[in-house]
Amino acid sequence: MTDLSIQAEPAVDGGHRKSALRQILSQPSAVIGGSIVIFFVLMAIFAPLLAPFDPNASDWLAVRQAPGALHWFGTDDLGRDILSRILFGARASLLAGVIAVAIAIAVGVPLGLIAGYFGGLLDAVISRCTDALLAVPFLVLAIALAAFLGASLQNAMIAIGVSAVPIFIRLTRGQVLVVKGEDYITAARAVGVRDRTIIVSHVFPNVLAPVVVQGTITMAVAILAEASLAFLGLGQRPPAPSWGSMLDVARQFLTEAPWMAVWPGLAIVAIVLGFNLLGDGLNDALSPHRDHD
Amino acid sequence: MLNFVFRRLLVAIPTLLIVSVFVFLLLKLLPGDPALALAGEERDPQVIETIRVKYGLDQPLPVQYVRWLGGVLQGDFGVSIRTRLPIGEMIVEKLPVTLQLSLQAMIIALLIGIPAGVLAAFKRGTPTDYIVSMLGLGGLSIPSFWLGIMLILLFAVSLGWLPSGGYVGFFESPLANFRYTLLPSLVLGTSAAAIVMRHTRSSMIATLQQDYIRTARAKGLREYVVVTRHALRNGLIPVVTTATLHLGELLSGAVLTEQVFGIPGFGKMIVDGVFSRDYAVVQAVVLCAAVMFLLMSLIADIAYVILSPRLRS
Repeated sequence: MTDLSIQAEPAVDGGHRKSALRQILSQPSAVIGGSIVIFFVLMAIFAPLLAPFDPNASDWLAVRQAPGALHWFGTDDLGRDILSRILFGARASLLAGVIAVAIAIAVGVPLGLIAGYFGGLLDAVISRCTDALLAVPFLVLAIALAAFLGASLQNAMIAIGVSAVPIFIRLTRGQVLVVKGEDYITAARAVGVRDRTIIVSHVFPNVLAPVVVQGTITMAVAILAEASLAFLGLGQRPPAPSWGSMLDVARQFLTEAPWMAVWPGLAIVAIVLGFNLLGDGLNDALSPHRDHD
Repeated sequence: MLNFVFRRLLVAIPTLLIVSVFVFLLLKLLPGDPALALAGEERDPQVIETIRVKYGLDQPLPVQYVRWLGGVLQGDFGVSIRTRLPIGEMIVEKLPVTLQLSLQAMIIALLIGIPAGVLAAFKRGTPTDYIVSMLGLGGLSIPSFWLGIMLILLFAVSLGWLPSGGYVGFFESPLANFRYTLLPSLVLGTSAAAIVMRHTRSSMIATLQQDYIRTARAKGLREYVVVTRHALRNGLIPVVTTATLHLGELLSGAVLTEQVFGIPGFGKMIVDGVFSRDYAVVQAVVLCAAVMFLLMSLIADIAYVILSPRLRS
């Protein structure tokens, strides 16, 4: 459903690291995307201060009220303030994204490093398993895993994270294969540096930039996936607010209360767009072989 | 060529076997005794033991796997505990629905994505490029289920032009089928169009920097000829690969889209399976999705070889 591929190119110029931040800031898409992401992060952190109402408090006298002076975004079928629920919902979305991507990186990158660096049978086994996992569409895999693990926000995060692992294995392995042929690796080996040291201090730094870019894009994918799972009833359990499950409920009241469906969707689009923009910008800034014209 | 296809098929087999192991083990992740689950209300240990033996659950895991795989290879995925129908039959019935949606979506995606990508590549760095690229990123960022809800709100609830959900088979009534599948195809096609656009744009940008394009321009060919005869022919080769591969991926979008529009396809089958704890169905859908994906990547590879003369030998 989403474009998971980035142009993986080796980072050759480690010496220009100081200017990385400046390069990122010179990319308009990175700046705009980054600002959107920071906006949502602040929103999630300060939700209790910002929210005008308790996100779970029902007001039976204000059921399905259209947006107005008191309830800016209107109220839902149980008379809960939608703005407050959107604010708190940012927590579930961001948390799901961060944890899922953390799982994917923590498992995928080491496996990719091992497969790429050592090669041989180990590589064959890891690579075939990666191919197999990549053959199952991302969301189908996440749904299946979430279903077998049981519906909860925690299991949704695990399911999404595990589904994203093969992306990082393949990316890291490809990077390592490029770097492995470089002279400095051969030199390090020749002077008898241990494999673990070579991987950690020579190979890993070269893998970092593409992993950061892919991680940012995968945040977008993971947040979409969390919303999808919640929409299907496989994520955050009610009454805790989550944008996906808010949309699921809103579907039943499309005629009477269309605003219930509008806000959570806009929130998802905005945050996912933010991460996608940031990922695109980082890719342009950190990829050393980008064209300059 | 045949040799290439054959070798390519051989490579796909181990991948498929590993997928089958994963899918098989998925069911073993479930807590609890499967024999107990199959027994339902029955609690007589004698009966449960009979079930255990009947389904081979008393055998070691590798034996169970081989038995299961043997069945799957003959199209026997077991019986759905919800519908009591053989799962193989359910798949044969539901797959065409999703395939129709996916194909329609891909047609929409190509009709929008290719011209938009070509336009953005030619106008690179101009406001046109930025607008098209932003729209592309937007298309990737919209959750398909929300887009579906919004389209229902507009075209079904407000305007009343199209049905808000449901399905009529093509052979029952082609016109009704079109009315029911238009919005879902549009929803599925949106993210696909965004992906096609992005790949077309980057591929065309790379192509336009090639020497033969400069040569074609230098020898005074009209821009139209340069674009159609030289740039498009080469620039679109990777797009064919992307589009074919994505056809296999459309299934994941179809899960949500079919859910929103209440379409009885392959995607809804997995959701229904999840909620009725019909795990054999979930297993079967995951396995079939992987088979379709591998099939599509095979077709994509073959198409690539056919389209790029350098690889044809």
